[in-house]
Amino acid sequence: MMISFKNAVKLSTLMIGVSIFGAARADDAAAPAAPIIDSGRLLLTEGISNVEGAAGGGLATWAVISGYGTRDAIGGNAHVSYASLANYDFVTYGAAVGLFDRVELSFARQDFDTGATGGKLGLGNGFAFHQDIVGAKVKLFGDAVYDQDSLLPQVAVGLQYKHNEEGAIVHAIGGQHADGVDFYVAATKILLNQSLVLNATLRATKANQTGLLGFGGTLSDSYHPEFEGSAGYLITRHLVVGGEYRTKPSNLAFAKENDWFDIFAAYAINKHLSATLAYVDLGSIATFKNQRGVFVSLQAGF
Amino acid sequence: MTRQFSTTAGRRSLPPVLGVCALLATPALAGSPVLDNPAGGVPIGGQSVYRAFHEQPGIDRIIDDSVARWTTDPRIARRFAGRNLVRLRLELKAQVCYLVGGPCAYEGKDMKAAHAGMGLVNRDFNALAEDLQLAMDKERVPFPAQNRLLAKLAPMQRAIVTK
Repeated sequence: MMISFKNAVKLSTLMIGVSIFGAARADDAAAPAAPIIDSGRLLLTEGISNVEGAAGGGLATWAVISGYGTRDAIGGNAHVSYASLANYDFVTYGAAVGLFDRVELSFARQDFDTGATGGKLGLGNGFAFHQDIVGAKVKLFGDAVYDQDSLLPQVAVGLQYKHNEEGAIVHAIGGQHADGVDFYVAATKILLNQSLVLNATLRATKANQTGLLGFGGTLSDSYHPEFEGSAGYLITRHLVVGGEYRTKPSNLAFAKENDWFDIFAAYAINKHLSATLAYVDLGSIATFKNQRGVFVSLQAGF
Repeated sequence: MTRQFSTTAGRRSLPPVLGVCALLATPALAGSPVLDNPAGGVPIGGQSVYRAFHEQPGIDRIIDDSVARWTTDPRIARRFAGRNLVRLRLELKAQVCYLVGGPCAYEGKDMKAAHAGMGLVNRDFNALAEDLQLAMDKERVPFPAQNRLLAKLAPMQRAIVTK
């Protein structure tokens, strides 16, 4: 697990091209070698893994970097999430790595099980959509925690490449593509004076139901700007409660798509384990309305 | 090098020469109203936060407990080796009292000078904050009041963390 310090510096320079890491690290000969895994950031500041695998608030993607590594270290986590909706079961699992509190690389797999609803849709009982999502995020500027003397948020940009494995079905329901790329810019701010966590994200996407029903449709096959907003209140160091709202395009003629929202409580037992419980309302999915239910997520990392 | 001056009246009490020096020494922070006094910030207004800290006796307990935690925390204990802990406690008690709006004056070094040459990293800064949080928990300082102090301390990262 441990990477030598010199290699870590090389890696950081390689990965993010920031030469300030390079030169002045190994001058403190008396000091013990700096650990490449330090879990050195404060509790809850990695957010929770969202349904697309990026650090965020459950449904939304945030500007924070996965894992608890500081800018001198790497961090990472794995997660599994489950939403039990009125007509569907939605499972997401994946892993993310945070490099020097600057770059986040993530992978998530989504299984969207139509259960008995699949028969009614003509897909067959128990039909499931599968989607793989690879994400990359780069923090541009700002620090959500330290910059308490200004309103400047932490800002990151990212992209998510999504591959839907049910290409034939996607095309049959009017989807134009089985693959798509989302682009986003996210801004996250912790307001310690108010014990608040705020996030706003602007996403350019063609995705139908985040890609579970493919990308683009007969109504539109162009990128749409969509908004993701989150607000959380820090009750203790371990516990944050809040809500999220996420807008989505509605490209498919056969089924109207609604915005998503949730109310969540996330509890970090420590920097290695956290759990999230939420009530989610995913609106209408593939003609079945009122897809509400309980969302549970577990995350383990460092 | 010792620099003794009162901060009870905020930045206006800075001797002009020192004020200029402070600005020159911290070009990245020039113009920041929060960091250009030695205590590292303007005090929280009102008395509610000071009272939430149980006033000076509570602050004294928090700092004593924090220093005990820092000097035994394997992550940061070596940062305190050879330091004058008696003076450290006194200065921190005055600084925290000042920052939370108490009737105190901080007469120590500014944050940049106080941590110069220590080569601190974010991990150190955050570990110190975590130990302070435990000490504030032990004193039963309500979480929102804890965060009011942390909001004053957090921007000091730019002056304290040099690596």
